[in-house]
Amino acid sequence: MSLYDWLLFLHVLAAFAAVAAVVLLSAILVTTWRSAGVADAGPFLRMSRLGSRLWDVGGMGTLIFGVWLAVYVEGYELWDGWILAALVLWAIAAAAGMRVGAGFRRAFGADAGHGELGGSIRSQRALVVHAVMALAVAALLVVMIYKPGA
Amino acid sequence: MTIALVRPDDWNFPLLVHVGGAMLLVGSLVTVAALLLLAWRGDSPGLMRLGFRTLLIAALPSYILMRVGAEWINSKENIPDESDWIGIGYITADGGFVFLLISTILAGVAVRRAGRRPGGGNTLGRVVTVLTFVVLAAYLIAVWAMTTKPG
Repeated sequence: MSLYDWLLFLHVLAAFAAVAAVVLLSAILVTTWRSAGVADAGPFLRMSRLGSRLWDVGGMGTLIFGVWLAVYVEGYELWDGWILAALVLWAIAAAAGMRVGAGFRRAFGADAGHGELGGSIRSQRALVVHAVMALAVAALLVVMIYKPGA
Repeated sequence: MTIALVRPDDWNFPLLVHVGGAMLLVGSLVTVAALLLLAWRGDSPGLMRLGFRTLLIAALPSYILMRVGAEWINSKENIPDESDWIGIGYITADGGFVFLLISTILAGVAVRRAGRRPGGGNTLGRVVTVLTFVVLAAYLIAVWAMTTKPG
């Protein structure tokens, strides 16, 4: 395998991890939204730690290997419009993802008896932040495939 | 140094359907694997129920998206079927589908048994957990083959 093959594989693998995190956290959000109380949500909230780790690894991986690819591949530049758009979308997704992760951590603390479940993940604001994270990731995929302006 | 290649515009949407479907499929399987691992001891039927639902309403539709997208983009690119990476893609996708279908059916049966008596369906749940990890491993090989295109 050439260096290009490795970089592309690791970049795509990281993207799969990020999408897996979005799917996992979405499943937890939907389930805990419906659950009657903190005790019911407990087993699902435990899974949010895996979702957060996947998000961290996927997010950092896509950025590092993506930038490396942009520098390595002849014909791409970091200041190409589609790469700049991808970096902006990545920043939006990362910011939203950090808030989502913090919300789940607070909810997990509530599960352990340290607080309230309600506002941390069962609020309209939490839902909007979650939607922003998912939409930014979807938009990133569209930009990576279409490469507008390339 | 590798030179950037730009694909024709009309390949983009089929590729988006294929890659998007594959990402949702792997994401669904990771979710199912995590749920079923937590449910392994059998003390939380809710985890098994959500695992079954994720297989049914997320993994199977994602598989269809991925597979339809694969045929669509393949018909445009006209890649010879004897290419190694296409072969790996077909084997893992079609073989994985059989495992996926069996997993979904077994998970459904396990949820029913768990509803009838506490602890029911535990063994079936563990079988589904193992099958899910096998499918996940196969699809990770497929991701490697699709990106590096060996042969």
